Amino acid sequence: MRRVYMDANATTPLLPEVMEAMRPYWMEHFGNASSIHLHGQQARKAVDHARETLADFFNCHAAEVVFNSGGTEGDNTAIFGLLHPGDHFITTSIEHSAVLQAAERVARRGVETTFVAPQASGLIDPMDILRAIRPQTRLISVMLANNETGVIQPVEQIGKIAADTGVFFHIDAVQGAGKVPIDVRKIGCHLLSISGHKMHAPKGVGAMYVRKGTPVESLLVGGSHERRRRAGTENVAGIVGLGKATELALHSLEDGTMARVAMLRDRLEAEILRLPGTGVNGADGDAKAVPRAANTTNIWFDQLEGEALVIALDLKGVAVSGGSACHSGATEPSHVLMAMGLDKTRARASLRFSLLKTATDADVDYVLEVVPEAVEHLRSLSPVAAGTAG
Amino acid sequence: MIVHSTIAVAMSGGVDSSTVAAILARGTSGAGGVSVVGLTLQLWDQTRLAGKHGIPEAPKAGRCCSLDDVYDARRVAEHLGIPYYVVNHEERFERDVVRPFVDEYLHGRTPIPCSLCNNHLKFDQLLQTARSIGAGRIATGHYAINEYDNGRGRWILKRPVDRAKDQTYFLFGLTQEQLSRTLFPLGRMTKPEVREVARRSGLALAEKPDSQEICFIPGGDYKQFLTAYLEEQGEQFPETAGELVASDGEVIGRHEGIFNFTVGQRKGLGVASPSPLYVLNIDPANHRVTVGADAELASRTLRANRLNWISIPELTAPMRVQAKIRHRHEPAWATLEPAGDDEVIATFDEPQRAVTPGQSAVFYDGDEVVGGGWIKSANCDTMRHAQ
Repeated sequence: MRRVYMDANATTPLLPEVMEAMRPYWMEHFGNASSIHLHGQQARKAVDHARETLADFFNCHAAEVVFNSGGTEGDNTAIFGLLHPGDHFITTSIEHSAVLQAAERVARRGVETTFVAPQASGLIDPMDILRAIRPQTRLISVMLANNETGVIQPVEQIGKIAADTGVFFHIDAVQGAGKVPIDVRKIGCHLLSISGHKMHAPKGVGAMYVRKGTPVESLLVGGSHERRRRAGTENVAGIVGLGKATELALHSLEDGTMARVAMLRDRLEAEILRLPGTGVNGADGDAKAVPRAANTTNIWFDQLEGEALVIALDLKGVAVSGGSACHSGATEPSHVLMAMGLDKTRARASLRFSLLKTATDADVDYVLEVVPEAVEHLRSLSPVAAGTAG
Repeated sequence: MIVHSTIAVAMSGGVDSSTVAAILARGTSGAGGVSVVGLTLQLWDQTRLAGKHGIPEAPKAGRCCSLDDVYDARRVAEHLGIPYYVVNHEERFERDVVRPFVDEYLHGRTPIPCSLCNNHLKFDQLLQTARSIGAGRIATGHYAINEYDNGRGRWILKRPVDRAKDQTYFLFGLTQEQLSRTLFPLGRMTKPEVREVARRSGLALAEKPDSQEICFIPGGDYKQFLTAYLEEQGEQFPETAGELVASDGEVIGRHEGIFNFTVGQRKGLGVASPSPLYVLNIDPANHRVTVGADAELASRTLRANRLNWISIPELTAPMRVQAKIRHRHEPAWATLEPAGDDEVIATFDEPQRAVTPGQSAVFYDGDEVVGGGWIKSANCDTMRHAQ
């Protein structure tokens, strides 16, 4: 049976070039990058090279790049590392739980957080951020592209606000990296987090941009690695992989790949929306008004259980994810969709299709064969009468 | 879209359902076109009331829906190489099982959530879910036998080979449609045989102890649960204190609340007496609990409603059956008669002890389940407690 993977926002496979680039670093060039001898030097060279690639990618200095274990660590570092008791923190209600739960935790040490809500379209209004600023505000954290809807936030405008008000600005670019160009100078952020496995590098590695002079305390202590910003022996092979993946991502952003992916996504979306009782989460009347990552479409389907549709599609070879996530055995509807004002029923009946940049027309064709049939089947079983409003 | 040969196995993480998955997965080579999918129904969040009013914090293993049990079920599916999904039906479970459970207690009845769960979740919802993902049939680890009888043109439900594990009492509500789409592979096996199959299939949980309690009440103390649940819901625990009376109506004491009692209960009556006293009857409207001697506990008849018939289409004339009034009860001979719309009266040959409103009455003809219903009232020998 054909399998089509449309859950890129959950994770991505290594690209062959990434795998190849990493290969020597498991057994041949296995040294500890901190060691003085040849083996250490080889490892150090590889890490430095990757660092420079990341610096190009972010448009910053190599010294401002910090390698770590991934997006969660980056998000946690920005929050735990910068905020002190009495500080005020501004973020949004559509952030990833790595930000939201860190905010919950710093509440224990006397940090108050304002969670700015999105508009129904999924976009954050920068004015809402401005309005939330107080004398004690120390940090703003806003994601670049939302993982569930793909909606791209107006980070440059927020960067200006941060500059004007003297507040630190962190961007969770875990989903945006590789899909949307990043220029930290243009945006004006102080910190930015990315994750390897969302961009064809391995799981367990990521990186941060930390603007020189930003007083962010290290989350992990125990060595002077990464200029004392992140202790722990470098995951050399992972970092090499991240470097290579970043190099490839830079190409993809410039060579029309994203435009091609956008066309595939648009075709998929348009066809599915021809089914009655469907709509896009992350649209604003005229869908073009809301900027979105090229690969993502989040669609609600009335009169069916989203969970059942995800499973039915999986059994037919199509991998997507639903509007709910399983946390500790309980299923909650997506906090992002709820924050956008979607009611619980529709949130639970929403599916996210996120294409790999290697997706093909044949992939889209297959998904379009499978989805309408599955939707119709589920609706025929539903006790809810057709035509009932969602 | 429905592949009739795909079977969804309801997996709880226990030995029984895991063995069912092993039997079906191993028995399918793909050549016959039958494929197996494992499903766990997530019905209750074990962490929800944990720690409140004495409810245990960490549920023991062997409790449906705990993370440990989901883990066990998933590992079995991984070992067998079958697709596995956890499907969430917490809302429906709360609405159709937990809430009625609470309401029954507060109305002085002794409920059996397991039968409701079977009716609404395990066999209705699960079948729906199975169909929606393309599985035409389900399989469960219940000890029961179902087969189609051509002569009568009906699906028949029968007691299993392992009588000690007989779960047909909880399955009386199954419709013909549900029975036609369900497999009970363990019906002709004994528990020791099931464990042996589990071992031979390489299942690590072959020795896992069986879960014995109501799945959403860790620790088994339903009073703690009621208190914690109502508090969480922001509802007042109803005041149902009232009189303790003897069977002749004489008031002999007071009690703190009708939910503390169940018919046949001996302990906790708070009344001194030369001979043992038992709860005979609970009157929710007047908050009155009637107690009496052991001999008075016996009822000759019961009324049951909300009936479901399995081996017969309906009851049109008196029928001799063996009736079971509790899970742990030896079926007793009785004559069953229709008694109005959706009601029957069962008259026992011998008076039966502690017939309890809220429990099910299930009627057997030999090994076959004729049908059953919910006990509405009991009429004792001396007709003193007719409701």
